[in-house]
Amino acid sequence: MAKITYIEFNGTEHVIDVKPGLSVMEGAVKNNVPGIDGDCGGACACATCHVYVDDAWRDKVGTAEELEKSMLEFAESVEENSRLSCQIVVSDALDGLVVRMPESQH
Amino acid sequence: MSEQSYSADARVVILGAGHAGGSAAAFLRQYGFAGPIVLIGDEPHAPYQRPPLSKAWLKGEADAASLMLKPAAFYTDQNVELRLSVAATAIDRAKKTVGLSDGNTIDYDILIIATGARARRLPIPGADLYGVLELRNADDAEKLKHAIGPGKRLAVVGGGYVGLEVAASGRALGAEAVVIEREARVLARVACPTLSNFFQDYHRAKGVEFELDAAVDAFVGDEGHVTGVRLADGRVIACDAAVVGVGAIPNDEIAGTAGLALDGGIVVDEAARTSDPAIFAVGDVTRRPLPLYARMHRLESVPNALEQAKQVASAITGRKAPAPEVPWFWSDQYDLKLQIAGIPFDADSIVVRGQPDSAKFAVFHLKGDRLLAVEAVNSPPEFMAGKMLIGNGKAVDAEKLANDTVSMKEVAA
Ligand SMILES: Cc1cc2nc3c(=O)[nH]c(=O)nc-3n(C[C@H](O)[C@H](O)[C@H](O)COP(=O)(O)OP(=O)(O)OC[C@H]3O[C@@H](n4cnc5c(N)ncnc54)[C@H](O)[C@@H]3O)c2cc1C
Repeated sequence: MAKITYIEFNGTEHVIDVKPGLSVMEGAVKNNVPGIDGDCGGACACATCHVYVDDAWRDKVGTAEELEKSMLEFAESVEENSRLSCQIVVSDALDGLVVRMPESQH
Repeated sequence: MSEQSYSADARVVILGAGHAGGSAAAFLRQYGFAGPIVLIGDEPHAPYQRPPLSKAWLKGEADAASLMLKPAAFYTDQNVELRLSVAATAIDRAKKTVGLSDGNTIDYDILIIATGARARRLPIPGADLYGVLELRNADDAEKLKHAIGPGKRLAVVGGGYVGLEVAASGRALGAEAVVIEREARVLARVACPTLSNFFQDYHRAKGVEFELDAAVDAFVGDEGHVTGVRLADGRVIACDAAVVGVGAIPNDEIAGTAGLALDGGIVVDEAARTSDPAIFAVGDVTRRPLPLYARMHRLESVPNALEQAKQVASAITGRKAPAPEVPWFWSDQYDLKLQIAGIPFDADSIVVRGQPDSAKFAVFHLKGDRLLAVEAVNSPPEFMAGKMLIGNGKAVDAEKLANDTVSMKEVAA
């Protein structure tokens, strides 16, 4: 299990044990963490699982691939550290990961 | 704010444990609703996602656990009472009770109807033969998966999205596939000719056969098992299994019998409320307002189920109503990612951006200089920017739009 801290836009923290192999989006949705919708179920088709990766974790998480980048280009409030959380696969190396959520996913 | 207020310990009963019903329960808890929630479903499964049933799951790329909307622990942790394998049979609005197929009756303060839709059946001879299948739920999908494999020949009756996805998944598993469509092109009711032609060509290149303009007269069989599909011109298309995907019918009978307003689905407002203020309805079973298009429509999509689940959870908890969303949809076939936003009601022009030959293009539907809909194949920027433009109603320069050397950022600026 990897401990992942999801921080809502209003500051509320959710610390969740996520099984390696699941995506960061699935970890949130399956545990009913508000603020990550994941409408398309992880097909990288909707950009409703947008998160900001904590600076300390950006290298370990890596960068977005082409498809994800082009989806993010048009998402709202995109920053340098924006990622679609359905494209981040949880592994033991991400134990301790911290992600923050934007104000809205739409 | 809603005109109606609901007490914090009201008992919410949800009929139909599918994508919309399960999501409504989840959003109610996310939004702080603390009263009892009972989720009643006639399937033996907790809520699951249907889209993979014709895609990743059918191809064996996703397991059953990944289909589940929420893990089993969710229902205990969040105090949502799940009653499965039980159907709701009648609603008594005066007494505020629902009769169940197990003989019990359950009281509600607030009722949410989320009974979805069922597959339309063809009223033709042979429709009850073994091997004539439909694809609406997990049990259907299980049967279909057994029926397709190397050397098997699959007839797909109806060239809609689900039918095409099944054909693609069937090919991936080594089966032969023939798509039989009544209209002159596949996706006739839901997509423009450019897109239909593109998908037909792509599927043909992958070995799928098409019978277009072909009415199905009967399924023929041998010893109770389907062996072919007979067309109106007398030809018989041989097959080992046939899957019928000719549309869905809303499961709105229980609401109609209770006197709720129906119009090809349960009529609801922007808060997903029916004609009875104590009863909401969400998902495929509803005919709902589309504020961006100023009309009522019945949508069959996951984003619609989620949007309405948020509407009802907001209305019940007194939270600000969510902003209206642009309807959208996706479909995966082979290595194609199709994303569609908006609906081309009353469109008067079409702009194609990119080359269909390259399997990377988008079709935009406009009315004057306003964008109504976009159909994007392997083109996420066109989809995302298009969705944004449909939502904000900005004027669009058709020439720039048609020129794929001008970035979508600039088109949308
Ligand atoms: C094969 C397939 C592929 C799809 N692909 C996509 C896609 O790629 N993208 C997309 O956006 N959408 C897709 N959809 C559509 C999407 O799955 C539906 O829009 C969504 O499931 C609607 O949710 P719902 O809760 O309204 O209905 P459902 O998910 O159908 O749930 C309704 C539930 O209510 C139950 N029920 C009915 N009557 C009663 C009763 N009287 N008592 C108790 N329970 C009852 C039903 O058995 C069912 O379990 C697909 C659908 C199918 C079938």
